[in-house]
Amino acid sequence: MTPVISNDEVLHVARLARLALREDEIEPMARELSAVLEHIARIGELDLDDVEPTSHVVEVTGALRADEPRPSLPRDVVLSQAPAVSDGGFLVPSPQA
Amino acid sequence: MSSGALELSAVAAAAAIRDGSLSAGELFDAYRERAGADRAAGEQGLNCFTWVADERPAQAPAGGPLAGLPLAVKDLFCTEGVPSQSGSRILEGYLPPYTATAVARLLDAGASLLAKTNQDEFAMGSSNENSGYGPVRNPWDRARVPGGSSGGSAAAVAAGLAPWALGTDTGGSIRQPAALCGIVGLKPTYGAVSRYGMIAFASSLDQAGPLTRDVADAALAFAQMVGRDACDATSLEFPHAITAPSAERLDGVRIGVPDELTGDGIEAGVRACFEAALARAEELGAQVQTVRLAHAPHALSAYYVLAPAEASSNLARFDGVRYGLRAEAQELLEMYTSTRHDGFGAEVRRRIMLGTYALSSGYYDAYYGRAQRVRTKVAGDFREAFAEVDFILTPTAPTVAFALGEKTGDPLAMYLNDYCTVPMSLAGIPAISIPCGLSAGLPVGLQIAGPAFSENRLLDAAHAFEHALEFDGSGARV
Repeated sequence: MTPVISNDEVLHVARLARLALREDEIEPMARELSAVLEHIARIGELDLDDVEPTSHVVEVTGALRADEPRPSLPRDVVLSQAPAVSDGGFLVPSPQA
Repeated sequence: MSSGALELSAVAAAAAIRDGSLSAGELFDAYRERAGADRAAGEQGLNCFTWVADERPAQAPAGGPLAGLPLAVKDLFCTEGVPSQSGSRILEGYLPPYTATAVARLLDAGASLLAKTNQDEFAMGSSNENSGYGPVRNPWDRARVPGGSSGGSAAAVAAGLAPWALGTDTGGSIRQPAALCGIVGLKPTYGAVSRYGMIAFASSLDQAGPLTRDVADAALAFAQMVGRDACDATSLEFPHAITAPSAERLDGVRIGVPDELTGDGIEAGVRACFEAALARAEELGAQVQTVRLAHAPHALSAYYVLAPAEASSNLARFDGVRYGLRAEAQELLEMYTSTRHDGFGAEVRRRIMLGTYALSSGYYDAYYGRAQRVRTKVAGDFREAFAEVDFILTPTAPTVAFALGEKTGDPLAMYLNDYCTVPMSLAGIPAISIPCGLSAGLPVGLQIAGPAFSENRLLDAAHAFEHALEFDGSGARV
């Protein structure tokens, strides 16, 4: 059977997800996702035209709170978990090598 | 301290501490020793824990409703200064700067942090085999899985390595491991407990709840966790106080049994235990009738679109910049993609891919949009059913605990474990799993679901079942 999702589509989605895949991981990913998507496709059989979507079951509207300033976490506490820091900020590789 | 103290329920242990016949500090040490031994044994033991306290809390809080009782907490709850890794190598060694509200409330009520428990990575799994820290074993049979994703919490409580534990449930992650390990697991109404400080999987579904030896313990823990939290805008003030369950009878209670969740796919031994529980319900005075949940068979499909979609967004934060693992790279984009490849396990990568695909241009309406509409139908089915009945009963899981490795090669077969628990998650309603018997020597769970905020009635009904069924959990004790 033709897989629902091709190897090229897998690579496209992996780029969107900022996820590297090794060469030997692409085809198994396509196969596994296709099997799940085939099962999921059964919801295509339902007549849902007049049904409203549900994104959340709790109907909270206008969950407002007083806009009062509070101290943030101390900078050194936040930076303590970072893989690399410099000058009081997070250090990352250059966007351009 | 007598060794019998470790056999006490949390309610009984708290009472003994309060009347002075049991020392909270000594109880903590005894559990710490047991949990520490399991931790030291690694995968040669049950592998329930990712961290165990190395000493008593400086000020053992013997006061408060929880009287200093030791508490095991699923790894994904942030605990200040204590490793919180959500079962993932991408967060190895992460020490959060704050504590999750659900945990903080239990500690404020007098609980003492005993240990963090092993889990499927980012709570994605039904067998605990997706943990970055090795699988957990089922204390009833060590060649079998404990269920997941709160597998470490369930196995620890069943084995007597902790008096009780905190877990989370997105599509069944409290109820299914509770069923497979022969203990009680409560998934509360969505919004009843704050999600603040829970490392997020699927935010519209994630909910914290207790895994306990009995129903009264579940009520005691839940009573201390509920309520509005300014840090979680979806949390709600629970409409009434949580009371200790006491019912022994089910007179006048209307019980609905949906064919859709009790038919094909439920193995014979599980079905036999379930039918025996229904017969017992009638003896206790309940009326049992069939109800229709027409869209429940589609709930699993909708769930495996919605939950991965939310996960793909929530897990975007793990990029090697602010915390956790960073892969060596010369250039930023390569750093992101390599960090995420190396840090996430196979199942998490699969779900991120599935969710990103479902949200991507051209597929959004066919998958995500439709799944949201199925969710509306599933919730509507429950609303209609609860006009006729007080509770809906199903088996918690279609099978008893399966062998380690049996389903790891087939993601879809693994997902089918959640068939009976996912519909309630989509509807946001509370459900509890209690042990209702053994099939071939392994525990079977009974799931009882009620309308939103019906926890007091739900716990009462579960209490009546528990006392009538007289399940013996001693087969799992270490």
